[in-house]
Amino acid sequence: MVIERKWKTWVYFYIPLTVFVVGTLFPFYWMLITAIRPDAELYRSWRAATNTPFWTLQPTLEHFRDLMAKTTFPHWLWNTLFIAVVSTAISLFCGLLAGYALARLRFPMAGTLGTSIFVTYLVPPTLLFIPLANIIRTFQVGDTPWALILTYPTFLIPFCTWLLMGYFKTIPKELEECARIDGATRFGAMVRIIFPIAVPGILSAGIFAFTLSWNEFIYALVFLSSPEKKTVPVGVVSELIRGDIYFWGQLMAGALLGSIPVALVYSFFVEYYVTGLTGSVKG
Amino acid sequence: MAQVMMKDLNKKYDEVHAVKDVNLHIRDKEFMVLVGPSGCGKSTTLRMVAGLEEITSGEISIGDRVVNDLPPKDRDIAMVFQNYALYPHMTVYDNMAFGLKMRKFPKVEIQKRVQDAAEILGIQELLKRKPRQLSGGQRQRVAVGRAIVRHPQVFLFDEPLSNLDAKLRVQMRVELKRLHERLETTAIYVTHDQVEAMTLGDRVVVMKDGWIQQVGEPLELYGRPANKFVAGFIGSPSMNFVDVKVADANGALWAETQGIRVKVPPIHTSRLVPYKGQQVTMGVRPEDLHPASGSDPREYCFDAVVDVVEPLGSEILLDLRVGNNTIVARVEPTNRVKVHESTRLALTPDRAHFFDLKTELAI
Repeated sequence: MVIERKWKTWVYFYIPLTVFVVGTLFPFYWMLITAIRPDAELYRSWRAATNTPFWTLQPTLEHFRDLMAKTTFPHWLWNTLFIAVVSTAISLFCGLLAGYALARLRFPMAGTLGTSIFVTYLVPPTLLFIPLANIIRTFQVGDTPWALILTYPTFLIPFCTWLLMGYFKTIPKELEECARIDGATRFGAMVRIIFPIAVPGILSAGIFAFTLSWNEFIYALVFLSSPEKKTVPVGVVSELIRGDIYFWGQLMAGALLGSIPVALVYSFFVEYYVTGLTGSVKG
Repeated sequence: MAQVMMKDLNKKYDEVHAVKDVNLHIRDKEFMVLVGPSGCGKSTTLRMVAGLEEITSGEISIGDRVVNDLPPKDRDIAMVFQNYALYPHMTVYDNMAFGLKMRKFPKVEIQKRVQDAAEILGIQELLKRKPRQLSGGQRQRVAVGRAIVRHPQVFLFDEPLSNLDAKLRVQMRVELKRLHERLETTAIYVTHDQVEAMTLGDRVVVMKDGWIQQVGEPLELYGRPANKFVAGFIGSPSMNFVDVKVADANGALWAETQGIRVKVPPIHTSRLVPYKGQQVTMGVRPEDLHPASGSDPREYCFDAVVDVVEPLGSEILLDLRVGNNTIVARVEPTNRVKVHESTRLALTPDRAHFFDLKTELAI
């Protein structure tokens, strides 16, 4: 290791890192502090002598209580979880099979198919929701969780397929060939050898898909209308801003509770996640 | 135990004709080595036997079954790959047991077979480890172990030693040979290393551009190569080739080129008569050249200038210049020739080879 001068380490490493960490975490801190700040402090003038914008002296859980009791937040949480889990499961299943096929099987137009799947991922949801709304109406699933469970895979499947295809390509194909000689069918080799080895890739595709659907806003906003059927991101902004009144405390409490599951999922699987994206398998 | 037959075997990819009309009979219990430069079709041939590549045309049979349309798992073969292909998420034991588990062997039998194989290969202590905790040589042993527990009809080896360092390669080579003598199973072994081919094979197939060049026992290939390619491929350093003119003088045939004029050895005379006055390629192995002494007949001697001296300990390689040709001679370590010196060489007459200039076939 090269030993550098101390001030250089500070200038090029510690100071930028500190700025970055503070910059990243500050919004979360602000969210937390607002969520536990009593209304009296929240709506106090900035110029008031007692104003303390960066901390609070009388923390309260009142906003959380209100959120649970006076809004349909528990429903939103449940809806979001249900929709995210089911659409992730569907997308992973399709992505696994499609990714495997594109990475391993030789069939006509394989390359073109791979590229066109990727292109569909590039179409922005803000364009796609108009035709999708038509389809949702035709199938009469509007204002039900299925409206989202069926539309989220339109961007999740291409994503999962590409991530997993890339991962499968890093796995030496001899492993599979060996398994097939050892007595497995192609499908058997895929399930017993390739999938277990691809767990990091599958996990990171899953986490990605889960967070994408958890945070998704535009489809949820368009396809759901009843308050108790909404997801957290939509519910929080549409039900907690009434007219021009912002219920800051509840808003932030809702945002905080909504981001906890994602943070937990990430922190549990962060190591798999990194290997999944960088892809490394050694025979 | 089984023989393997390949009849008019062909493999075509879109544009490439990788394997051309291969006919091969690998006898029961034989250790057959396919050797050739990369891209010669040897691996493709092996993979067709394994069932990992479709056969474009022709027929492969293992034992008395035609296996063309059988999936790999039903061909009763085992294969060892160059990169070992150990299942990284399984222990060594599970790696070796996998094939037996897939075939629904009883647990006791699996245990016994894995233990036996581990004992033969000296890897009993490694059974609980994962592949990534093993060295290259150990991984190779596990890969071989995984193949032998199955007691297959045929072993297929696809350059199994290429990833090992030189010293380990020599050691594993000996072990593989010993293993084959012990198990007496038909084996097909692919390599690009002619030393491996010569030392391991009961018979060796030399391939080039998808064609079989020659099939024979190692010493047969070395002593009587069918064409210039085989002559140059087998043996290290490779055979010296010099284009010479066949001339008739003093009631004998002479091979002449700038700086060399040697008599055509009697065993070749009759076959070279039709080439009188024409060019042919003469081939002499480095080990068949030696510093001339008084006892060497003058008609087999010529002078050369030393370019480079490569002392290898057990022998010395001399790079020499004769006219426009560069040749290599392998001489005794006691030889004291120096660079730029002229030296007189003699060739062993009955070890010279002659090849047709156009067809490159041995004359």
